Amino acid sequence: MNLEELNQIADAVRAENGKYDYAVNVCQGTGCLAQHADQIQAAIGASAAAAGKNVQVRRVGCLGFCAAGPLAQLEPEGHLLKGLSVARADEVVSSLGGSPPPGLQCELSELVEKQVQVVLENSGKIDPEKIDEYIERDGYQGLVKALTELRPVDVVQQITESGLRGRGGGGYPTGLKWGMVAKAAPGQKYVICNGDEGDPGAFMDRSVLESDPQRVIEGMAIAAYAVGASKGYIYVRAEYPLAVSRLTSGLREARRRGFLGNNICGTPFDFDIEIRIGAGAFVCGEETALIASIEGLRGVPRVRPPYPASAGLWGKPTLINNVETFANVPPILRKGGAWFAKVGTAKSKGTKVFALSGKIRNTALIEVPMGITLREIVEGIGGGVPEGHSFKAVQTGGPSGGCIPAELMDIEVSYESLIQAGSMMGSGGMIVMDDSSCMVNVAKFFMEFCMTESCGKCIPCRAGTVQMFELLAKICEGRATMDDLDLLIDLCSTVKEASLCGLGQTAPNPVLSTLRYFKQEYIEHIQNKRCPAGVCTIKHEEVPA
Amino acid sequence: MADVTITVDGKKITAPAGALLIDVCRKAGIEIPAFCYYPGLSLQAACRMCVVRQEKVPKLQTACTTTVAEGQVFFTETDEIKQARKATLQLLLGNHPLDCPVCDAGGECELQDMTFKYGAGESLYAEAKNHRDEQQWSPAVFYDRPRCILCYRCVRMCGEGMDVWALGVQNRGSSAVIAPNAGNELHCEECGMCIDVCPVGALTSGSYRYKTRPWEMNHVATVCAHCGDGCKVTLGVRQSSEGAKIIRADNRDKSGMNGDFLCAKGRFGFDFVDSEKRLAKPMIRNAQGKLETATWEQAIRVAAEKLSAVKSASGGEAIGVIGSNFATNEEAYLLQKFARTVLGTNNIDHARTADYARFAKALAGKPGRSAGIQDAAWAPAILLVGGDPTEEHPLLAWNLRTNARLSKARIYIANTQSIRLERQAKATLKVDDYAKLGEMLAGKGNAFAEAVKGEEKLLVILNGDVQGAALDALLKWGLDREGVQFALLGGAVNSRGAADMGLLPDSLPGYVPVNEPGAFANEYANAPKKPGMALHEMLQKKLGALIVQGTDPLGELGVDGGSLKDTFVVVLGAFESATTAVANVVLPASTLYEKTGTITNNFGDVQLAQKAADRANVKPDFEIIVRLAGAMGVDVRTLVPFGKHGLTADLGQSRGAQAGEADRHAVWLAANNLEPKLSPFDPMALLDEIERLVAGYKLDRLNLFAGNPAKAEPGFVPVSALAGSGTIQRATAGLFTTPGLSQYSTQLAELAEHESPAKAVAAD
Repeated sequence: MNLEELNQIADAVRAENGKYDYAVNVCQGTGCLAQHADQIQAAIGASAAAAGKNVQVRRVGCLGFCAAGPLAQLEPEGHLLKGLSVARADEVVSSLGGSPPPGLQCELSELVEKQVQVVLENSGKIDPEKIDEYIERDGYQGLVKALTELRPVDVVQQITESGLRGRGGGGYPTGLKWGMVAKAAPGQKYVICNGDEGDPGAFMDRSVLESDPQRVIEGMAIAAYAVGASKGYIYVRAEYPLAVSRLTSGLREARRRGFLGNNICGTPFDFDIEIRIGAGAFVCGEETALIASIEGLRGVPRVRPPYPASAGLWGKPTLINNVETFANVPPILRKGGAWFAKVGTAKSKGTKVFALSGKIRNTALIEVPMGITLREIVEGIGGGVPEGHSFKAVQTGGPSGGCIPAELMDIEVSYESLIQAGSMMGSGGMIVMDDSSCMVNVAKFFMEFCMTESCGKCIPCRAGTVQMFELLAKICEGRATMDDLDLLIDLCSTVKEASLCGLGQTAPNPVLSTLRYFKQEYIEHIQNKRCPAGVCTIKHEEVPA
Repeated sequence: MADVTITVDGKKITAPAGALLIDVCRKAGIEIPAFCYYPGLSLQAACRMCVVRQEKVPKLQTACTTTVAEGQVFFTETDEIKQARKATLQLLLGNHPLDCPVCDAGGECELQDMTFKYGAGESLYAEAKNHRDEQQWSPAVFYDRPRCILCYRCVRMCGEGMDVWALGVQNRGSSAVIAPNAGNELHCEECGMCIDVCPVGALTSGSYRYKTRPWEMNHVATVCAHCGDGCKVTLGVRQSSEGAKIIRADNRDKSGMNGDFLCAKGRFGFDFVDSEKRLAKPMIRNAQGKLETATWEQAIRVAAEKLSAVKSASGGEAIGVIGSNFATNEEAYLLQKFARTVLGTNNIDHARTADYARFAKALAGKPGRSAGIQDAAWAPAILLVGGDPTEEHPLLAWNLRTNARLSKARIYIANTQSIRLERQAKATLKVDDYAKLGEMLAGKGNAFAEAVKGEEKLLVILNGDVQGAALDALLKWGLDREGVQFALLGGAVNSRGAADMGLLPDSLPGYVPVNEPGAFANEYANAPKKPGMALHEMLQKKLGALIVQGTDPLGELGVDGGSLKDTFVVVLGAFESATTAVANVVLPASTLYEKTGTITNNFGDVQLAQKAADRANVKPDFEIIVRLAGAMGVDVRTLVPFGKHGLTADLGQSRGAQAGEADRHAVWLAANNLEPKLSPFDPMALLDEIERLVAGYKLDRLNLFAGNPAKAEPGFVPVSALAGSGTIQRATAGLFTTPGLSQYSTQLAELAEHESPAKAVAAD
């Protein structure tokens, strides 16, 4: 395979698409499928045939505006339709070429304007199971370029130049990580894609895998070439069956086109990928636990160093990156590291995908440039909190992150600034809270999550999360004293300081950040036995008559 | 590795680069508490007790995973660290039952000790505890879930240490529990190592639980009575109406040459001392042909009179003596000396389990060629020929596994069958017959042989079933090469000692031929020079009298008791057996746990067995033999040179450990080679003579009496003739069986029963 052959494939796809007067791209992400998007697609197809219109009805990946699904996009006009149903298929077909049927059109201005799509550039545009559609949108040009024009060290250089940082949450410079694995002693090496997306309210990786699996495969292949690996694993949660099935067919297609296997693109480079399905443990998103899980062992973290870059899977040097990180790689190779670095802040480059949810009008999957303010995301793209409520805080970083209050809404989104605000970038979950959210209850929710998801290996996390949860429950129920609050604060620092892995070390963050900005709410619960947001059920003691 | 200097709490310490900080500190006397860290097992960093502060590092570091490098500065006892440890303990105690007053581990509990030291005395967490019922996993192992602090020592010990992998972790978070991998029951080697390493009372021993409190026992270190590996075992002993009763056996202080290890037999097979078949009183066969109880004086007199009569009527050669694999060196030595010098016979043998005479002949005059059992844990390369050490020699198997795991030793296995240790082997060779192995190794072209020959230093371990020409060939092959050391594996605890001490028809102690007695010519005046009968012959030849000590030849060999109808049989033994059933006089003897003496293991490591238990009305074989000789009119001083000024006290037998104190005076005297020998019944009185006359037994007394092994090298005197008559009784031991002993242990029978259907599963 070379660039010319890629162009031939692309031309063939374009010629096929050109045969149609219209196209209806029906979203077939998990959210829309749950509302029978597959039946809607079939109904639209049947209706078009019946109406004698020359319409291409296509399955595409996530169209982003998940809360309003099932969604479809009409071409060539570009209208985005929401709330589709089988019953309205005929209406959709008859409106083609004109204005969309009443009540179905999304108002998208801000939702679209503020976004910059790199990772999601193909999402909702191509059929995720057709590799040729990916190629038509410049897919695999990055890999071909890397294999035919660049040395591995040049590939690492491109990634370093791009300033790309780990999108799993930690923000470790990707180029640095690749360089370490590349420099590790030669021999068997592995590339692992971490698709164990477990944060409550996060679905970025799922969408990428469901909408554009080839992008991740290409990213991994480029990485494997750069670090000298011949074998890759994609670790996906069992809760993502659609992602697994699209990846499975994606791998088959990639092998068929010769992007995986031996002598890829006629070079000596061999690489193939296997899927490993997780069994539902949150901690398996931690890299050493994930590696143990792939090895068939109990998914518990182990102490680092040695880091996976020197001794990872089966003791061999291993590159492990998140889905979104790999998804950023093909365009960097295609367009160059410098191109990527143009977007973003001084230290946080490129874009970030967020799953926007909670008390917000537009629940959506969005991709924004680093440096955008939280206000622009929440009030602009998200459309603000529901009518009649006031915005209170936004939670980022999942159970490891924290809550950022309304007064800090003008900080920019970057790794550093979010940490400074007591939260973190995390993998991209963004939960919006308004005045009907109790911050103590939010902290309790995340603590319960950490408690149930603690693997139990180290004592501070295993026992500390239980005690912190019990104390938070006590506060929520109005049974706590101020001494309990002091104990909770002490416990937070013990668990943070003494835990073995990231899960335990960050488990107190939701408590610490809510205490930092909303301590008064805790005190209200304790001293006045009332929940300001009206969420918690205070158990009042019987007052003897 | 090059040495580096680090600073810990202001103190400069030099240590090899890359060593673990926790080891470096402990060696330097700086205490670092830890639950999950266990030397030799994989690192967990889970308990967070060993946290220390490293200069210029933002977070507290775990000392168990920190490797030392030049110039590092650590603090281990600051307020911050004390607080962190205290907080961790408080969290642990948050769900710990605090049933210390009834917990087996109370008084021996690391959690108690650390709570005491780091003072988490106040209960901060008042929430309800999460209770789970106790589980029984096997006759030997019980698990009390709430007490478990999840240090994973048991899981790692079972997997990494034992290579059994029977334990794992189930569930997660605060619901995580240790559980058998195969369901609700443990099917494994039942070694009890999991119980041993448990820092709290979560894993308890079926044989010990709820029997006593640790401080109510005296703890006596002695040599395990079972196989020929000779592990140090600590017996927990409590006073009872019978004397002193053994409540528990374990590897309490881990100071023996077995290190961390003790197997099921050592740990649970001590109850043979309380077997229902124990002989309680002396017995004499009366005129009606029935055994009836008698006093010691009567029984000794009857035996002595008859032995004297047979000797004067038919000569010494009409008397046979069968010794034991389970007696001490002093007893074995005394028995053959008694036979040769008092009875005047060379009809002496024991149930031989390996051809130590041939081994000694080959190695005679070649010092440094005989290995100790600890060499198996350190040697860079090992050739293991025959046997299945996992079953028969658990400590040897442990040493080999540990060596392969931690030091990457290269193990080569040549065997007629497939054995478990192959999992640690670098190469294995299936052979039909060990006879061809020596030749094959010497030849060319075989990959296995070439790999073995590529080793500069090699430890060759030969199982007892490698005999005759096969043994000769392998010994010759190895002796022709530099850097090859040997060991030959016998069956029971003192199989090697019995042979070394001359319980052989053709060899005096140290394998000196009876027909060329050398120094013994003066020492053993009037001893016969013609080789005597071997074991089988003695049983068939209708001798006038037969002394059987500490063994059951009729039961073990299946010989018809009728052949002894006209023979006067005297049995010195601890248990009722097929042989006592035909005996004329039965003299109830102490078991190894009830007496003091030295034991030589398969590898020639000599250790001190110390009296732990006590039982009314039984006597050590040593004393019985002396009394028999005395009753036959012999000046016992010629048998036991027990001191210049006669008998004044009975050291070592009545004082000592079970009285609650070590006999420090005797230890000091012995260490200084002074005069502790005040009684003819003190086996230590013979030690000088053994050292003087038995080749290779130049023992380091200080080490021996301090409870460490002292090495014996076989055969420094030339052995010119070797009759080697009599077959070698190859008795195969198992995980729960020691032929001749384990049948008297109820606990081992239970374990064997529990494991029998699952044997195949556990061995997977």
